[in-house]
Parts: sequence; C-alpha cells; structure tokens
Amino acid sequence: MGQRQKRRGALWIMSIEAREARQPWILLAPALTAICLLLIVPLMFIVVYSFWLKSAQGADTPGFFLDNWQEVLTDGFYRDILFNTLKISAITTIACALLGYPAAYFIARSKGNKLILLVLLMLPFWISYIIRTMSWINILGVSGALNSALIWLGIIGEPIQMLYNETTVILGLVHFLLPFMVLNIFVSLDGIDTNLEDAAASLGATRWQGFLQVTLPLSLPGLAAGGLLCFVLAAGTYITPVILGGPRDAMFANLVYEAIIRQLNWPLGSALSLLLLIVLGALVLIYNRYLGMAQLAKGLG
Amino acid sequence: MDDTRRYERLRERFQNGDISRRNFFGLLGAAGAAYGLQMPFARQAFAAGDVSQVRFDGWGGVVSEAFRKYAFDPYTAKTGIKVVDGTFPGGDEYLAQVRASQPGEYNIAHLSGVFDYARYHSFELNSELNLDNIPNMTNVMPALMNAFKSITPDSLSAAPYNYGTTGLAYNRKHISDEEMKEKGAKILIDEKYKGKIGGWSDWRTRLWYAALQTGQSPNDIQDMDAAWDAVRKHRDLALKYWASGAELMSLLAEEEIYVTEGWSGRIYALQEQGHDIGYFDPPQSFGWQECLFVIKGSPMAACEELINFMLDKETSIAVAEGQSYPPALDPTKVDLGEKIPKLPAFDPTGTLSGLTFANPNYWNGNEADWSKEFARVQRGY
Repeated sequence: MGQRQKRRGALWIMSIEAREARQPWILLAPALTAICLLLIVPLMFIVVYSFWLKSAQGADTPGFFLDNWQEVLTDGFYRDILFNTLKISAITTIACALLGYPAAYFIARSKGNKLILLVLLMLPFWISYIIRTMSWINILGVSGALNSALIWLGIIGEPIQMLYNETTVILGLVHFLLPFMVLNIFVSLDGIDTNLEDAAASLGATRWQGFLQVTLPLSLPGLAAGGLLCFVLAAGTYITPVILGGPRDAMFANLVYEAIIRQLNWPLGSALSLLLLIVLGALVLIYNRYLGMAQLAKGLG
Repeated sequence: MDDTRRYERLRERFQNGDISRRNFFGLLGAAGAAYGLQMPFARQAFAAGDVSQVRFDGWGGVVSEAFRKYAFDPYTAKTGIKVVDGTFPGGDEYLAQVRASQPGEYNIAHLSGVFDYARYHSFELNSELNLDNIPNMTNVMPALMNAFKSITPDSLSAAPYNYGTTGLAYNRKHISDEEMKEKGAKILIDEKYKGKIGGWSDWRTRLWYAALQTGQSPNDIQDMDAAWDAVRKHRDLALKYWASGAELMSLLAEEEIYVTEGWSGRIYALQEQGHDIGYFDPPQSFGWQECLFVIKGSPMAACEELINFMLDKETSIAVAEGQSYPPALDPTKVDLGEKIPKLPAFDPTGTLSGLTFANPNYWNGNEADWSKEFARVQRGY
C-alpha cells in the first residue's frame, strides 16, 4: 500500500517537472515560430539558392554547384569591395563614437530635462531614412544651402563641388547611425553612480582624471555595444552610396542588390549575401565572446 | 418549421434567459451570413469574384494620373472591375518582383524596350492576346508591332504604347548647340567637362554610348575592349551615375552636371519648366519603345478590355502629353493634336525608320556577361 502511494507520488512529481520543463517552450512557441518562418526558413532558401546556377537566359538551374562560392571566395573584386565596406563601416563607427560620446554624456549628466533630450534624439527616426539621406543634397549641393551661404558671405566666388564622394557617403552613414551610438552610451553612463566621480575627486583626482579613470572605463560596455550596432548596420547599407556616392562608391550590399536585381543572378546574389552575413556574424560572435550580449540588449531595450 | 418561426423561438429562449445575449447575437449573425451565402445574388457575387480587380504597374507620376482619369475610371465604371495601380523604379527591379510572385499577382506592366519583351518571353512569363478583343490595336504603327513579332511570331503578349530616345542633354549656359553637334556622343568623355558629366547607371545605355564614342555600331560592337575603355573613361570623368528620371532632372536643374545622356520626355519636361537645357539626338541615338505587357496567369479578357481602353485615342494622347513621349498610334491614321508633333523623337511618317532600336537578340544574348562586367568596371576595374 505504502509502496503504491509512494510510486503515485513520484509519478505526480515527475509530471509537474515535465510540465515545468514544457512551459517555457509553450510560452516561447509564438516567438520561435515567427523566427523560424521569417528568418530561418528564408535563410535556408538563400543557402540552397547559393548552390544553384544562373543560366545565360531564363530560369535558374537547380542542383549542387560550388561555382558561385568559388567565384565569391577567390575573386579579388569581391574581396576588395568587402574590405572597403569594412573600412567605411569602421570610419563611420569611430566618427559616431567621437561625436556620440559627448552628446550622451551631456544627456546623462543633465538635470531634469533628460526625457526631452532623449525624445529629441529619437525625433529623426520619425522621418524616413532615405529622406534624411537626401536632405544632404539640399545642404551640400552646388545650389544647396552651404554653397549659397558661402557665396553670399563672399568667402567663395564659385560653388564648391562637395557631393558624391566617399566622404559624403560616410557623412550620410554617421547621420543615420549616430542616434544608435548615443542611446547605447547614454544607457551605460546613466547607470554609473555619480558618487564614484565625487569619490575620485575627494581622493585628489582632477575632473579629467576622474573621467578617464572612473567614468570612461565603466561606460566602455555601452560604447562597445553602440560600436557593434553602428558597424553592423553601416556594413549592410546600400541606399547611402546610391544617393550620396559617386560612380565608383559602392558597399558590399550594393553588389548583392546588383546581382539580384540588375543581373537577375539570384544564386550569385545569395552567395554574396551569405558571405556578408558570415563576416558580420563572426564579428558579433567575437563581440559576444569578450563582452557579452547583455549590454546590447540593455541599449536596445 | 419556417425561418420566421425559428427566429421567434430563438427570441423567446433569449427573453426567457435560456441563452445568453452573446449566443443570441452570435446565432443571428450566423443565420445572416448563411443567408448571404445562399441567396440568389450570391451566384453573381461569386462569379464577379473571379476577376474583381486587375493590377497595372507603371512608372508613376503624371502617367499614372492620366491613366486613372482617362482609362481606369471609365473602365471600372463599365465593367465593375477595379484597377489597382502600382509603380516601379525600373524594369530590372520589376522583373525580380514578378519572378518572385505567384501567377496572376501581377497583370499588366508598362514595360520598356523590345529586350524586356524578350526577357519576359525567355522567363516564360508571356501570354497570348486575342487581338479581336482590342479593336484599338488597328491604330497602332505596324513598325512597333513588328519588333515584338520578331520574338513571338505567332502571337503578341503586349500592345505597343509609346516611344522615345535616350539622347544627349546639356546645359546651354555652359555648352553651345554648335559644340554639342560637333562633339556628339564624345562630349561625355571630354576632359573639359570633368566632374560635370553624368550618366545613367544602366549597363545597356553605358555600352550603347561607348559604342558611339568609339565609332562602332551599337547593335554590333566589334572591339569590346575599346568600348569598355570608353565606359571607364566616362566613369572617371563623371560626377554621378543617376538611378532614376527624377534624379536625372534634379542633377541637371541644380547644375550639378552640365551634360549627360537623358530620356527625351524628361528633358522636354525640364525645358517646359523653363530650364535652359538642350536635347540632341546624335546619329544612332538610343531609340526605344514601351508596351503594355500582359503577364502570364492574368485574366486575359479583363486585361484585353483594359488595354483597349488604354489604347483609346483620347487616353493615348493624354498620357503622351503627360509624359512627353509620343504615342504608338499611327500619325498617318490618327490626328494627334498640336502638342505631340513637337515632342522630341516624334516621327510624323509612322515608320520610325529614323530611330535605332536595340536588337533584342544581340543585347539579351550578352546581358549576363555585360551586366556583370559593368558592375566591375563601375567600381574601378
């Protein structure tokens, strides 16, 4: 009798454990289904496509061919554009960090009106990214605001050609990505106890020393999270070079766009987009290995 | 038991409190839906459901407005079929969308060039029009139809609609008409205008003009290396490759560039806005025609009727005046009014013998290689 009751008790406990083990999966099911259908399945399509071949005209040839991958991995053209893309992304990220840190510091240390400042920071997101990028044409163009002002002030006689080069591409990217950087740094600065700076001052540090040795190191996770976000977003853009770049200026995503849309070569475009995904994914993994994803989640939240 | 008694019983149960208010209204709703589904008009409603709308995709802007006013609205009033109109930025993007769609999702498209017709044919996206349902086709210039018949000899998938050229546009403040005439296509690779030259980021146009700059026939380029070198030279001298008609107009109007090749209708629009921009078609300038293409899987009868509305004289003229491209109607058969004969590229003879069109077999046959090569050349290779 006692034996049977014990067994029934064990069964009951097991079913509770089983239910508890199941529960997170049930709760996660909608999110997992969405990710699976909207991310994993399309990604698998792209993986499969990258092994197909484009025929000279008409439909693609299904099968398992390594031609696209061989071309993507061995052709110097793609390598050069990839390195150039990473270079432009790195410059953009550094510029965002240098411009974004003082702004984030100012917002985090301002008294009372933080919310207004944060809303102001978010304001640009209400306008389309393409419109924001195109606004530079009206500012820097030959008959744009800056040239008109300089001519009116008598500083120059003829308008200066400022648009359509790599510098304007980086300018457009910085304009687009700066808020992401500021937000991430702000979150990490906001979490630092200001008493620490006071403590440093009481121990004889100047304000600058206090900043360098206390505040800056403590805010590095936010800076790194913002940096990663800016870098990855910059490396994946193609609109900015199209609008603000010259004939030669292109980033890797432009090659994907051209392969898929202009050359109708979906297999090659798939291989190119996977290569970019792998390179950026590797960067995210390295970041995660050393700094962890928690800070990034905080910044985005 | 008839329906009335059924409802009375239901109401009684509700008033007695046997069923909840929610159930009562739920059952009423279900009864209404069931009635709607099996009533005499349902059959008609379902039949119309087969073709309740036709989708048209075009270049947007004034053209869409003219189509809506003169063709789509009268068509809907007559047939009850709605016309959904979409826009696309370019033929390549649109073909990518159509390839990724389900049959029947896209119906009629305002496609550019005979080579596009051939491309849709090679992707097996072509349909067969019954010309008896499109009486207005008799007014169309035979020269434009023959181009399509060379690809699909037994049937047509499209009705020709308008034509134009991609010639040279120049700012007359900085470049005189005489200089333009003298230099022709070579002005686009003239060092004198370095940094003030533009061009379309389209590999066909780039190579067509490279052929003219190197003294070759655009439909039979013998020295490809020389042609690519001309493309490279233009790339180095150019400030910007434009990607849309709006960008072309803005670059010229803002004086960012002084010379580029351009679409005749867009340049005419700039001139009408009062900008001092000249337009010159050099010998063997890039001629093209646009058509109304019916994509495979579309409701054919509905599409044919819509095309007939769009080919109507009044619609054609209004659209032509709106977009500044001459219509496909034969000027020897139809009175095209006063404005159209003044449009650039207009051919009063109706034979179009003065224009050079791209040979679809030649250009499509080389598309895979040349479009890929251009992506490289553009980036400095």
